[in-house]
Amino acid sequence: MSALIFEKHSRSEADWLPELGAPEAKILEAIPAGFRRKKEARFPSVSELDVVRHFTELSQKNFCVDTHFYPLGSCTMKYNPKALDAIASMSSFSLIHPYQKAEDVQGALRVLHETERYLAGVTGMDEFTLQPAAGAHGEFCGLLIVSAYHRSKKETNKKKVLIPDSAHGTNPASAALAGYEVVQVGTDKKGHVDLADLRSKLDDDTACLMMTNPNTLGLFEEDILEIAEAAHKVDALVYYDGANMNALLGICRPGDMGFDIVHLNLHKTFAVPHGSGGPGSGPVGVKKHLAPFLPTPRIVKSAGRYVFEHQSPRTIGRLRTFYGNFGAIIRSYAYIRALGAEGLKTVAENAILNANYLRVKLKELYDIPYDGTCMHEFVMAATRQKKKGVRALDIAKRLLDYGAHAPTVYFPLTVEEAMMVEPSETESKETLDEFIRILREIEKEIVNDPTKVTEAPHTTPVGRIDEVRAARQPNLRYIEDQNKEVRSRE
Amino acid sequence: MQYISNTAEDRQAMLKAIGVSSFESLLDKVPKRLREFRWDLPRGMSELELFREIVDTGKANRHFHDFACYLGAGCYDHFIPTVVSHLAHRGEFITSYTPYQGEASQGTLQFIYEYQSLMCELTGMDFSNASMYDGASSLAEAVLLALRMDGRKKILVPETVHSEYREVVRTYVSSIECEIVPIRMKDSAIDLEHLHKELGTNVAAVVLQQPNFFGVLEETGKISDAAHRARALVIACVNPISLGVIEPPGEYGADIAVGEGQPLGNPVSFGGPHFGFFTVKAELLRKIPGRIAGMTVDKRGQRSFVLTLQAREQHIRREKATSNICTNHSLCALKGAIYMSLLGPKGLKKLALINIKKAQETRERLLRIKGVKALSNRPFFNEFALVIEKNQKSLAECLRRNKILGPLALDRFYPELHSAYLVAVTENRTEGDLERLERAITEAEG
Repeated sequence: MSALIFEKHSRSEADWLPELGAPEAKILEAIPAGFRRKKEARFPSVSELDVVRHFTELSQKNFCVDTHFYPLGSCTMKYNPKALDAIASMSSFSLIHPYQKAEDVQGALRVLHETERYLAGVTGMDEFTLQPAAGAHGEFCGLLIVSAYHRSKKETNKKKVLIPDSAHGTNPASAALAGYEVVQVGTDKKGHVDLADLRSKLDDDTACLMMTNPNTLGLFEEDILEIAEAAHKVDALVYYDGANMNALLGICRPGDMGFDIVHLNLHKTFAVPHGSGGPGSGPVGVKKHLAPFLPTPRIVKSAGRYVFEHQSPRTIGRLRTFYGNFGAIIRSYAYIRALGAEGLKTVAENAILNANYLRVKLKELYDIPYDGTCMHEFVMAATRQKKKGVRALDIAKRLLDYGAHAPTVYFPLTVEEAMMVEPSETESKETLDEFIRILREIEKEIVNDPTKVTEAPHTTPVGRIDEVRAARQPNLRYIEDQNKEVRSRE
Repeated sequence: MQYISNTAEDRQAMLKAIGVSSFESLLDKVPKRLREFRWDLPRGMSELELFREIVDTGKANRHFHDFACYLGAGCYDHFIPTVVSHLAHRGEFITSYTPYQGEASQGTLQFIYEYQSLMCELTGMDFSNASMYDGASSLAEAVLLALRMDGRKKILVPETVHSEYREVVRTYVSSIECEIVPIRMKDSAIDLEHLHKELGTNVAAVVLQQPNFFGVLEETGKISDAAHRARALVIACVNPISLGVIEPPGEYGADIAVGEGQPLGNPVSFGGPHFGFFTVKAELLRKIPGRIAGMTVDKRGQRSFVLTLQAREQHIRREKATSNICTNHSLCALKGAIYMSLLGPKGLKKLALINIKKAQETRERLLRIKGVKALSNRPFFNEFALVIEKNQKSLAECLRRNKILGPLALDRFYPELHSAYLVAVTENRTEGDLERLERAITEAEG
């Protein structure tokens, strides 16, 4: 257990600030008393060394890609080249202000503009915005474009968004935020979107169909061309959730499948590290007919110079300040430049190869409810293990003891005891073989010593966490001189 | 460059184990006509060539090592101690995922808990979430929260709030039945008379920015009292560094306090990534968007941290969630937490005082220049607006020649404010910078 930063008592403070150069009272004359803070913020008083030790100690309690195999399905926990971190930190890119005049930031604008063009090439779309900060932000952007498109055609009846039952939770949440009614589409026996169910729900009121391809089961939606055609027949737009784009780089493109709008997760496919939960970046690409609705400002190239275009009468507006998560976008720019067309294709090929290798090898241990060639990930089920009293969650926790991060568990919601495995392209056969060996070991424990698994983890800094207590007695901040919980006054 | 670990032999062995003769057979589900396309992408290159090219591209940017930055307006050139990025860029933080597997993520969960605690202390609010994308999207989510309260449909948004923030709010509510009512400004602050007039029965919330877009301090106590008398929520959007001296939103009774966290240890980076903070009074806890970390115990009775109150979130509630946010700006919030720990209570106040002092001096000195006038004489923090009656083009040239970035021409956001400029002054500005700024303005043609 690590002390909280508030519980450190060096009482010395980092003195990295220069001297005031005038008496405090004199400076304060500029701020009338009524505007001033009355109660001091109870920040910890700690030395620089305390801070360094504290956060270093905390860091050591994390699993991460730099230290562990991290086959977290749908998250694409690949190795992200360190060169990209250095590039994002260069003073010529990190020490520039968004309100500098365009002629003073031509390098940054070039990075943004070329990234848009590269992403258009990768996805087969026409125009991109880099403004959205994350995947869900991109979905919201895309759905507002859907809404603006139908409004521009005076189609006021378009109230529904169709979403497969295996979709990520952000899809329905974003649709609701954009004012749509969510209609769920089922999965067929082979793990694909149920075409009959889809056709029965697709009607004139449908504004949009949101899909992931490969879907969250890791399967390629073979009927995608037919599906897109059916949607377009009722003037519904087809939205591509790019969470699984890592599987398609150089293989095929959503734009050619009939998708009208895509979002990408640069923090999945394009080497932006996940950063303990963010920041990411969620660029949105559209086909030509939807370009007038993109957020402003746009960055355009004119006579060899890059300029901001603020005027766009049909835009959905602005989703955030400035131009996007530039520090993330420049990483993806450099990644695409480093890998080039051939390198990107190798990414998808190895991601698919690694996933299929694990899938075939793990069949001996796990049920695979929707078996068949997968793309970059697959979903297995701990149903056999459940009969022996061990659940997917237990196996996930036991894996931590063996030094492997757990796969995504209990997602998609449509698979019982789901374990979603995405090895990513950067892992070696050797690492995958070790993962298989570990799961075989755990299988033996399930038979011989099941509590070792059901009581896991044993070697992590803390054991299994009491989540019920966390929710029932919320302690969400430190308060000095009381160890008592701060409770909601609800 | 490629970052693949498998060798050609590995790949052959794996294909054999899978039971296929070539990689192409793994793609038999992909329709043939989708496999043929031309994508216009450049060839790859080595890391050496990559750096050479990127360094070259960067030369087309004028940056703060060569130019003194007087631009602010939501994004500020503050000094960042080395320790901040040194710690936050550790692989264990930068290459880990959202801490869903609590036992493997105690480092992340504890720093989120500490971040939440520090933000509550800073703002004087009761609870904080784990971070949002930026200040503007935090403000928009606060407005959405207010609209979910009890069916009231009006949000009062003063013209003194950053124009881009107002735009983002409009975008976020564009599919929701509600009314955004602009409140006029008077002498660079909220026109209180107009505010009172609009504060009817159907107002869900009053938004205020402190200091406002012009750097001016709003009369937060009066605004808050008036709003609460009309039973509307108060949403305060604040500059975190100002709170070392300026009254925090908790002290004037704000119900929701949000803002842009960039000044807390995050580089300007052409506008992102930074982080938005989102804090509330206790009554609103279960309506917060986004992730929250909580302290609890493990089965061995040890103190532990875990993501909690998740029944609000999209991965559980789907279309009924309080927000669609999933990925947030955790690493930027970590930088904020490290930065606040390095400041300590005394440093927080000292930093705010230095900013006030430098901004005051800068304003006084610039006002002595012929053709320079104040836009307002209200109290301000580290940013202020001036009318500079000089030829705009000539002024821009003189500023560039003297290696100054900014100040920001305000007609970009307020077309009626001709020749008005916003000047931001942080602890990073030196006497030499100020002399060059004075010279540039003096030299510019009238």
